[in-house]
Amino acid sequence: MSALLILVPFFSVLILNLPLKGIRKLAFGGAICLSLLQMAAVFIPDAAFWKINPHAFGSIFSFELSADSLSKVILFCIGLVSFSALFATRQTLKDSAGRFNFINIILIAVAGMNGVALAQDIFSLYIYLEITAISSFILIAFNRDILGLEGAFKYILLSGVATVLMLAGIALFMLIAGSTSFAVIHAVLLNHNKDFLISLGIGLFIVALFIKSGLMPFHGWLPDAYTAAPAAASVLLAGVVTKIAGVYVLIRILVSVISFSPAIKSILLLVGALSAILAAIAALTQSDFKRMLSYSSISQVGYIILGVGSGSVLGIAGAALHIFNHAAFKSLLFLNSAAVECQLGSRDIEEMGGLAKQMPVTSLTSIIGSLSCAGIPPLAGFWSKLVIVIALWMAGFRAYAVIAVLGSILTLTYFLILQRKVFFGKPNAEFKDIKEAGFSLTFPALILAALIIGAGIFTPFILNRFILSFNSIFGG
Amino acid sequence: MFLDLLSLILLVSAALWTVMTRSLLRSAIGLALTSAVLTVIMFKMEANLAAVFELSVCAGLIPVLFVSVVSLTQPYTHQEILERMKSMFARFRLLPVILIGVGLILVLLGPHSQVQLPLPESGENTRFILWHLRQLDLLGQVIILLGGVFGVAVLFKERKKSA
Repeated sequence: MSALLILVPFFSVLILNLPLKGIRKLAFGGAICLSLLQMAAVFIPDAAFWKINPHAFGSIFSFELSADSLSKVILFCIGLVSFSALFATRQTLKDSAGRFNFINIILIAVAGMNGVALAQDIFSLYIYLEITAISSFILIAFNRDILGLEGAFKYILLSGVATVLMLAGIALFMLIAGSTSFAVIHAVLLNHNKDFLISLGIGLFIVALFIKSGLMPFHGWLPDAYTAAPAAASVLLAGVVTKIAGVYVLIRILVSVISFSPAIKSILLLVGALSAILAAIAALTQSDFKRMLSYSSISQVGYIILGVGSGSVLGIAGAALHIFNHAAFKSLLFLNSAAVECQLGSRDIEEMGGLAKQMPVTSLTSIIGSLSCAGIPPLAGFWSKLVIVIALWMAGFRAYAVIAVLGSILTLTYFLILQRKVFFGKPNAEFKDIKEAGFSLTFPALILAALIIGAGIFTPFILNRFILSFNSIFGG
Repeated sequence: MFLDLLSLILLVSAALWTVMTRSLLRSAIGLALTSAVLTVIMFKMEANLAAVFELSVCAGLIPVLFVSVVSLTQPYTHQEILERMKSMFARFRLLPVILIGVGLILVLLGPHSQVQLPLPESGENTRFILWHLRQLDLLGQVIILLGGVFGVAVLFKERKKSA
């Protein structure tokens, strides 16, 4: 029945585009309902709903899909971030026909991302990654301005390179295992783990995922794409798309197909540490609100990769918890940047100042998002960063644990600079008549801020309900 | 061996020409040529079904790409094309040499695999595979097509309106 998570968004798009009077008006409400239902579905305890069930709909739709704890965390993130992005469309896209198309593309992206989260086959995974990528290209270039087209073009180019590498890796796996099923490839790789062809396939696949994740030094496309995209698209891309297309798939492949080796751990730790530190330093030098958040995203993905690179269950659990936290606080911060841009017509933080009085909700929620991203207790970001640092320390990677802490200090530094320049400091007389952003941007921001505080306070519940059951994905 | 080598050189040359030429028409012809050579290689490797798919998909894809790109772009003057080709060839002149060098190094010095590779599939069960085993992939491809339709609707149709 988990196939519904792909089929419902897909058929919703078809139904919304039927030539029926008034049906277009249902697009926003329908899409919001779908995102809420998806978040609720994650809490369905019925194991039969989530397990592989190829004949749930008779012979018409016989899909091999399955969801474990990791998939459920990702599915919840998809629901949460698409909910926020959908609300953002109401204030940032004024043209109703354009907004309708945008919502349709978000639904297609959701179908693609859900397919990635549920796939148990490496080729199916690739196809659903492509759905996510294609919808992302369209969302980035949506406004057809020169920067948007340039950002989308860079994403297409680098995503194309990643696709070639990934397909070559899949072809090698297929050649060796005679199947594209995770389980079959995993069994074959266990017997031939030193073979040259297998090492080549694994190498190609991992590099492709580094590009998709926007990790340094493969990050060239990411700041341009995030910055140039419409605000609602930035929320979706930064909140969940790159986490799924890169980081989730990397974890899934490592856990279900390849398995960890000392070489893989070393590469992950090196790339993760480089991204966490260098991107944080790059964020310090930015004056564009969204560009700073883009570099912050690269840095946080580096953090997640550090957790994965520890190779332990605790590290993977910390990485998954940080994916969830990152989805919440980065979506929130991009909503804040959209609110500021909508009201001021600018993203240059050097021109801003003292907006806390005029935009209290945006200011308050951005403080919560920034502090959570920097890992300040008791907010949610603190716990995931703590778990990652402990996992690195316990796995014996103590230098990387110190680097992770250093990354957090840098994160706090650039967010303090951002807060001071945008919401505090000397007010700019030019913006003295500015008012708070509309309900469509403040409401999801308040929800996300409440979630960040709640997730921080109820971390033991989240750990018990989802994260600690990660032992099962290793077959333990 | 000679035919394999010839096919490989033709394939790489056609692919390089496709991405390096500044003329859309020549690029489309290059893509068609690349696809044709790839089809021959697939037939030779007894991957008959993949060869047919490659030929048919590419035959459909080329006119779509061609019409789309032509509708979005303005042609360069002859002088501009010459200048850009010069700079492209200067920038990428080492690429074929590097590719051939890496290939030779891999062939001569590279480690050999111990894995026993399977023989090509006969293709008799194609219908069963497509409609029963790969339904999820077929659905995915339908969604990709739907995404493409929205892409065209958003990026092309509205452009005409604003022009």
